[in-house]
Amino acid sequence: MNELKKVYLDNAASTKVDDRVLEAMIPYFREFYAVPSSEFSHSPGIQIKEAIENARESIAKKIGAQAEEIIFTSGGTESNNIAIKGGAYGQIDNGKHIVISAIEHRSVLESAKRLAKEGFELTVVGVDEEGFIKIDELKKAIRKDTVLVSVQFVNHEVGTIQNIKEMVNMVKSINPKIIFHTDAAYATGWIDLNVKDLGVDLLTLTAHKMHGPKGVGALYIKKGVKITKFIDGGFSEFNLRGGTPNVPGIVGFAKAFEILSKDTIEYVKGLRDKFYEKALNEIEEVRLNGARDFEKRHPNNLNLSFKYVEGESVVLYLDMKGISVITGSACFSRTLEPSYILMAMGYSHEDAHGSVRFTFSKFNTPEEIDYTINVLKNVIDTLRRLSPLKGE
Amino acid sequence: MPLPYSKKLIELFMNPKNVGEIENPDAKATEGSPACGDMVQIFLKVDPETKRIVDIKFKSYGCASNIATASIVTELAKGKTLEEAKKITWKDADRELGGLPPVKVHCAVLAVDALHTAIENYEHQHGLLKEKKPTDKEKVIKRLKHVIDPRKGLDVIRTKLVKDVEVENGVVRVYVDMEEDEQYAGNVREEIIERLEPLWDVKKVEVIFK
Ligand SMILES: Cc1ncc(COP(=O)(O)O)c(C=O)c1O
Repeated sequence: MNELKKVYLDNAASTKVDDRVLEAMIPYFREFYAVPSSEFSHSPGIQIKEAIENARESIAKKIGAQAEEIIFTSGGTESNNIAIKGGAYGQIDNGKHIVISAIEHRSVLESAKRLAKEGFELTVVGVDEEGFIKIDELKKAIRKDTVLVSVQFVNHEVGTIQNIKEMVNMVKSINPKIIFHTDAAYATGWIDLNVKDLGVDLLTLTAHKMHGPKGVGALYIKKGVKITKFIDGGFSEFNLRGGTPNVPGIVGFAKAFEILSKDTIEYVKGLRDKFYEKALNEIEEVRLNGARDFEKRHPNNLNLSFKYVEGESVVLYLDMKGISVITGSACFSRTLEPSYILMAMGYSHEDAHGSVRFTFSKFNTPEEIDYTINVLKNVIDTLRRLSPLKGE
Repeated sequence: MPLPYSKKLIELFMNPKNVGEIENPDAKATEGSPACGDMVQIFLKVDPETKRIVDIKFKSYGCASNIATASIVTELAKGKTLEEAKKITWKDADRELGGLPPVKVHCAVLAVDALHTAIENYEHQHGLLKEKKPTDKEKVIKRLKHVIDPRKGLDVIRTKLVKDVEVENGVVRVYVDMEEDEQYAGNVREEIIERLEPLWDVKKVEVIFK
C-alpha cells in the first residue's frame, strides 16, 4: 500500500520544532532543572538564571530592545492579555478609552471586550478589502481620554502587514502619552522588528510560529511604561509576572530566534510564490485574499478563494490526501459563522466561505508544492462539477 | 478520523452518487444559498404512469456533510414512488450516514427539503394535487421563506427584503426592497420566480423592485 504523503501547510498556526532548538532545550529538562535564582541560592539556581538572562539578552537584541525591557510569558496569548489589560489599567489615571482594529487575534479582541465590560470604552477600527487598517478611521478614533491603541503587526489569517510606524507616529503626534501595543506573534522571526524604529511601547512575541516550542513568548515593555501586574506570586520577570519560568521553553525560544536566517525566509517565500504562480496557472477563478503587494505580506502566507466552491469541502478533501490547511468558511467553525477577519474586510458570506489558507515553512519542499497543486486542481475541478453555482 | 465524520460520510463525500443535472427534468428544486454556505439542487425524472422516480440527480455547493447528505437522499429516493419518497425524512438520511455532528444536521434538512419541494413542484405541474387550493398570499409567503437574502444569509421574509405580496387572477406580484440595478437583484428575481412559478395556478410572477 502507498503510504499517504503528509504535507503540512498550516505553519501560521504552529510549526515543527527545529532539531537544534530541541537539542538546546533538552539539558534544561535533564540536568539544569533547578529553580532559577539570582542571589542567595545554590549554584545550579544561579547557573539557570544565567541561561534565562542570556536568552533575554539575545531576544532583546533581535528586536532592538534592552534586556530589561523583555518579560517572558506563556506565549502570545498571555503577552496580549498583559499588554491590553495591564497596559490599560496601568494608564487608568489618564482615561478609560482604548482602540483596537477589527482583525486582531482573539487574545487581543477578547481582552479588549473584557475591559469594555469592566467600564472602559472600546473603539474598533475597520480595515479595507486587503486588510489594511484605515488610518483616517484610526485618527478619528483617538480621543482625549484614549490610553491604549493596539494594532497587530501582521494578520494571522490573510498575512497583511500593517504600517505600524506610521500609525505610532500619528497617534503619538496627537497624544504622546497614549501607549501603543502591537501583536507581532506571527511576525516573530519572520519580519524585521525594531522597537526603537517602530516607536511602540509594547510588542508581543511568541516562539512557536518560527520552529520554537509552544507555550513560551515574550512581551516587550518600553522602559518607563506602567503595567498593572495580574499574575501575582513572587517577584519574577521584574515583578510583573509571578511563577517559575519555563526555562527549557525560554532557551528554545532564543535558539529558534537566533537560527531563523534570511536564507530560510527567502526559501519559504520562494515556495509560497511558486505555489501562487502554479495555482493561478492551473486553476481558474482564484482570488487572492489579503495584501496584493507581496512585500506587504507575511513571507509564509497565502490565502486564496476558489469561486463556486466552499472551503470546508476543500479542506476535508485535502486532508484525505494528507494535506493540512484551514479555511475561513463558516462550515469549518463551531459557530457556523464565517471568518470575522474576512467579514471585516467587507467580504460577502459567499466569498468568505470559499477562502483557504496555505502557510509554508522551511520543512516544505518544491515536490510538496507540486503534489499539493495537483491534488488541489483535482479537488477544485471535482467540487466545481458538483456546484450549482458553476455554469449557470 | 481527524474530523467528526463517519466513514460512510467521508466515502460519499469523496465519491458522491447521482451527481449532475438532468436535461429537461420533470421537476427541480433549489434549497439554501451560497450566502448561508450551503445550497442543494435536485432534479427529477418521473414515470408518468407509475409515478416512480426513475432518475434523480443533484448539485451541491457546501461542506462535506452537505454533499454526502444530498448523495444519500438521492439514493434513498431513486426508484421510489412519489408517495413513498415524500416520507423520507432528514432522520433517515442522518441514520444512513451514521449520525451527523449536531451542527451539521441542517445539511440533511436542506437536502430532504429540496427533494420534497421538487416532488411538490411535480405535483403542482402534473395535476396530482389532492385538493387544488388556489394560491394565496399565505402560500406565497410560505414558499418565499425558502428564498435566501444574498446579503444576509437569512430568508427574504425574515430580512424584510420582500415588502409585500399580491395574488390576482394567477398573477403573483412580489415587491422587493432593493434597487433594480443592485448587484444581487438578478439573483433575487430568478430565485423568487423559480420558487413560485411551479404552483399549479400561477401563470405569471412579477418581481417589482424599488
Ligand atoms: C496574531 C497572533 N497573535 C497571538 C497568537 C497567540 O499566540 P500563542 O499561541 O503563543 O498564545 C497567535 C497564534 O496563535 C497569533 O497568530
